[in-house]
Amino acid sequence: MTPVTQLSDVTSVPSAGGAPLLEVEDLSVTFTRRGRRDVRAVDGVTFSVRPGETVGLVGESGSGKSVTSLAIMRLLPSRGVQVGGRATFDGMDLLSLPKDSMRDIRGRDMAMVFQDPMSSLNPVLTVGRQITEVLKRHRGMQGDQARDEAVTLLSRVGIPDPARRFREYPHQLSGGMRQRALIAISLACKPRLLIADEPTTALDVTIQAQILELLKELVVDSGTSLIMITHDLGVVAGLCDSVNVMYSGRIVETASRYELFGHPRHPYTAGLLGSVPRLDAERGQPLQPIPGSPTDTLPWAHACAFQPRCANRVDRCASETPLLERDPDRRDPIGGPHWLRCFNPVTGDTPVTPPGAELVAPGGDALDPAAEQVGEGDQ
Amino acid sequence: MLRFIVRRLLLLVPILLGLSLMLFFWVHNLPGGTAEAILGEKATPEKIAQFNHAYGLDRPLHEQYWLFLKRAVHLDLGVSASTQQPVLDEINRRFPATIELSVVAIIFAVAIAIPLGYLAARRYGSWLDQVLISGSLLGVVIPVFVLGYLLKYVFAIKLGILPDSGRQDVRLVTSHPTGFYILDGFLTGDPAASWDAFKHLILPGIALGTIPLAIITRITRAAVLDVVNEDYVRTAQAKGLTNRVIRNQHIMRNSMLPVVTIIGLQAGLLLSGAILTETVFAIPGMGSFVKDAIFNHDYSTIQGFVLFSAVIYVLINLLVDISYGLLDPRVRVR
Amino acid sequence: MSLSLAEADTTALETEPDEAAGGLWSDAFKRLRRNPAAIVGALLVLLFLAVAIFAPLLAPYDPAAQVGFGDIRPSYVPGPSSQHWLGLDTLGRDELSRIIYGARQSLIVAVVSVSIAGVVGSLLGLLAGAFGGWVDNLVMRVVDIMLAVPGLLFAIGVAAMLGQSLKSVMIAIATVNVPIFARLLRGSMLANRGADYVLAARSLGVRRKDITLGHVVPNSVSPVIVQGTLTLATAVVDAAGLSFLGLGSADPSIPEWGRMLTEMQDALSYAPHLALFPGLGIVLSALGFTLLGEAMREAIDPKFRR
Repeated sequence: MTPVTQLSDVTSVPSAGGAPLLEVEDLSVTFTRRGRRDVRAVDGVTFSVRPGETVGLVGESGSGKSVTSLAIMRLLPSRGVQVGGRATFDGMDLLSLPKDSMRDIRGRDMAMVFQDPMSSLNPVLTVGRQITEVLKRHRGMQGDQARDEAVTLLSRVGIPDPARRFREYPHQLSGGMRQRALIAISLACKPRLLIADEPTTALDVTIQAQILELLKELVVDSGTSLIMITHDLGVVAGLCDSVNVMYSGRIVETASRYELFGHPRHPYTAGLLGSVPRLDAERGQPLQPIPGSPTDTLPWAHACAFQPRCANRVDRCASETPLLERDPDRRDPIGGPHWLRCFNPVTGDTPVTPPGAELVAPGGDALDPAAEQVGEGDQ
Repeated sequence: MLRFIVRRLLLLVPILLGLSLMLFFWVHNLPGGTAEAILGEKATPEKIAQFNHAYGLDRPLHEQYWLFLKRAVHLDLGVSASTQQPVLDEINRRFPATIELSVVAIIFAVAIAIPLGYLAARRYGSWLDQVLISGSLLGVVIPVFVLGYLLKYVFAIKLGILPDSGRQDVRLVTSHPTGFYILDGFLTGDPAASWDAFKHLILPGIALGTIPLAIITRITRAAVLDVVNEDYVRTAQAKGLTNRVIRNQHIMRNSMLPVVTIIGLQAGLLLSGAILTETVFAIPGMGSFVKDAIFNHDYSTIQGFVLFSAVIYVLINLLVDISYGLLDPRVRVR
Repeated sequence: MSLSLAEADTTALETEPDEAAGGLWSDAFKRLRRNPAAIVGALLVLLFLAVAIFAPLLAPYDPAAQVGFGDIRPSYVPGPSSQHWLGLDTLGRDELSRIIYGARQSLIVAVVSVSIAGVVGSLLGLLAGAFGGWVDNLVMRVVDIMLAVPGLLFAIGVAAMLGQSLKSVMIAIATVNVPIFARLLRGSMLANRGADYVLAARSLGVRRKDITLGHVVPNSVSPVIVQGTLTLATAVVDAAGLSFLGLGSADPSIPEWGRMLTEMQDALSYAPHLALFPGLGIVLSALGFTLLGEAMREAIDPKFRR
C-alpha cells in the first residue's frame, strides 16, 4: 500500500442535478477460454458519472475495476470475452455502437490514461508525433498547426521546454514526464470523459502527488468528467466526488466521498480504510490489514464473495447473495443515497477487524491472518 | 546517426581481418600447396618455383600474409586456373546474374512474408494461422534444388508457361551495359528484354525465395504477436486511431526490428542457395562458376568468391544495423 | 487486441489445480505425447531410422546393380511398376533400393556431423562462458567470422580443402554448425551465471567448477538436445546439397539423395519420378526432425509455443 497522498481539498462538489454523462447499467464481462472455466471478471456493475464529476472505482487487484473501464472503452479483445449490459454515453449505447463510430468517440469524447507510462508510449515514435496523430485524427489539424497545438498541450501539462520534448523519444523522458505526456495525449481533444486507470501506481511517491494535482487541476479547469481507477484510498480522498468500491467483480458500496470516509458501511471498505496509515491516528496504533487475499473468494452466485475474509460475517453470508441496496440507515445529505451490498454492515461501534479473528478459507482450512497479507499491489 | 554508422563500420574491420587470415591459411593448407592450387595440378616444378618466388611464397609466413592482404585490398585476387582470366574480371562478369536472382528472391520473400506473418498473428489460433504455420515449416525444410526441379517440371516442362533455364531468350539481340539484365532492358530502351529477363527469374526466384519466405513469415508472426500485447498498442486504440495507423505506425514499426535482422541473415544465406538454384536453372552466375571451380580445383576463384560473399554478407549486416538505428531510436544512443 | 490483459485479470481470479507432480522430463514427455505435430514428427523420424538401419533387409535389389538396363531407351525410363515400385533410374537401377540406401547415407552423415558439431560447439561455448574475458572474446570472434561465410560455401571450402570424400562432407557440415552450439551453451552459461540457484550455490561456498558441472551443464542438456534434433534436419538438407553439387562420397555407385538429383538432371522432362522420390526422401526426413525438434522445444519450455 502506498502511503496516503495528501492533497488540498477539492474546490467544489458539482451540482447534483443534470443528466448523467455516462450511465453504466448491469455491466458484465466474462472471459471464456476453451478448456477452462468461464471467469466472470465484472458482474452486474452499475454506476453513473455526471458532467464534471469525478468518480472513483476502488478495489484490490482482480476486483474487476480495470476490466470495467476497458469494457466501457471497448478495448477488450473481441475473442474470448463476452460483454453484457449497457454503457450509455451521451445517449449512445457504447456497447452496441458500430466499430467506426466507437473509434470516432475514443480519443475525442472519451480518453484514457493508463497505469504504466513506461510501456504505454510507443518507443519508436517521437512524443510530438504521438500527440499530433490524435490531433490529425480527431481535430483535422495538419502540419504546423498540429505541432503548435501539441507544444501548447505539453506545456499545459507542465512539461518544461516543450518544444524540445516534442522532438524527443519516450526513452529520453523520465517516468513522470512520460505520464504527463500521456495525459497531454488524452486531453488533446478536450474529451468530456477521462478514465484514469491507476495513473500513479507506477510512479515515485513524490511524482504521484504532482500527477494527481495536475489531473485535478485539468479536470476542474476543463469541466471534464473523470473516472479514477485506483486501489489507493488516499487518491480517492483527494480527488473523487463519489466512490464505488468493487470486490471480486461487483460493486459492494457506493457513496459520496465524505459519506464513505465518514461512515464506511461495508466491512471491506472499512477494512480498506483501516489498512491506510492516517496522519491523525494515535501514535502506536497498529494498522489493520484485511486478512486473506483477493483470491479467497466465494462465487457471488450463492454467497457473498467477501465472506471468507470478513470479520462481520453471519450465517447468511455463505448461503445467500447480498444485493446492492439503498442503505436504510444512512441518508447522504449531498451525494445522494448510500448503496450497500451487505447483510451485516459495519456500524459506528462495530470494530472493523477484531484482532486475532479466526478465518475460514473456502476450503474450510483455518488461515493464519498473520501469515497472509493484504493482497494489494499492482495489476 | 553518422557516428553510429562509422562505429559499425569500424567493428567490421576485425571480422574481415580474421576472415582474410582464415582464407590465407585455407589456401596455404590446400592439397598441393598454394602454388599448385593457384596454377593448377599440371604446373611444372620450375613454374611452381617461379610462382613461389614471384608471390613471395618462399618468404616467412607473416610476410606472406601481409602480401596476401595487400593484394586483397588492391582487389588482386589472382588468375583463374581454368579460364586464365583475372578472378576479379570473372567475378565482375558473373555476379550481376547472382545479385539479380537474389534480389528477386528476397523481394518475393519479403513482399509475401510480412503480410502473411501479420495476418497469421492477427488471426492467432485460427485455421488460417495453423495453415500458414504448417506451410512455413514445410517451406523451411524443402531444399531449393528439390523445389527448383518441381517448379521447373510443372511450370516450364508440363505447362510451358515460363522458361526453364538461362537468363534471357537467346533469340533476343540485346546489349548489356551493366550485366543486370532487367535493368539493361530499360537502359537500352528495350522493356521487352527486361520482361523476358524477369520471366526467366520467376521460377528460380520462387525456388530461392521460399526458405526466406517461410522463415520471415514465422518471425513476423512472432514479432507481431509480441507487439500486439504491448501497452502502447492499447494506448493507440484508446486514442481512436484508424486501424491502418495502428497497424503501420504502432504495430509494424515495432515488429520490424527482429524482422529486419532475419531478413539480413537470410539475404546473406541467399548466396549459398544461389549456387544450387543456378545449377538447377542453368543460370551463368557466381554459383555455377564456383561449382565448376571446385571440380577444376580452381582455388583462386573459390578464394575470390569466398571473399566476395563475405564482403556482401558484411555489407548486408551493416545495412541491417543501419536500418536498426533508423527504426529504433534507442539503438542510436548505444 | 491485448490478450495478455485478459489473462492477467483472469489468472488473478482462478486458481488452477496443479497437474500431478512429476519431473521436468516426464512433464515434458506428457506434453509431447499430446501434441499431434510431435507424433507425426516422431513417426517420420522412426520411419527414416528404420529404413536407414534395415536397408539391406528392406531393399529389393542391389542399389548398384543395373537390373533393368535392358528397359532403358533414349528419352525413356520406366516409371513405377509392380516389379520396381518406384521405377528405374537412368542407368536401369532400382529406384526404391537406391532411395532406401540413400536414407542410410543421409543418416550417417547427419548423425556424425551433428554429433561432432554438438560436442565441439558445446565445449567451445562452455569454455567461453566459463572463463569469460579474452577467452570468451576470442571464441566469439571466431564464431562471428565463421558465421560471416555462408554455410554451404563454408562447407564447400572445407570439402575442397580435404578432398572429395564422405569424411570431408561430415567435417564440413559439422564445422558449419559449430557456432550454433557454441552460442547456445555460452548463452545458457551467461544466463545461469546470475540465476538464483547458482547464486545460492555460490553463497554456500560451492566452487565455480562444481557449479558449472553440477548446475549449468545439466540445465543445458535439454536445449542442446532440442537444437541437435533441429540441426539434424538442416544437416540432411545440407548433405543433400553438397552431394547435389558433387561433393559427396568418392564412390559414385553409393546412392545419395542429392547426387540422385544431379544424375537425373537431363531426364527431368521424361522421368520426373527420379526427381520426386529423392526429393520426398529429403523433405520428409528433414520435416520429421524439424517437427520433433520444435515440439520438444515447446514441451520443455511452453513459452516457445509461438
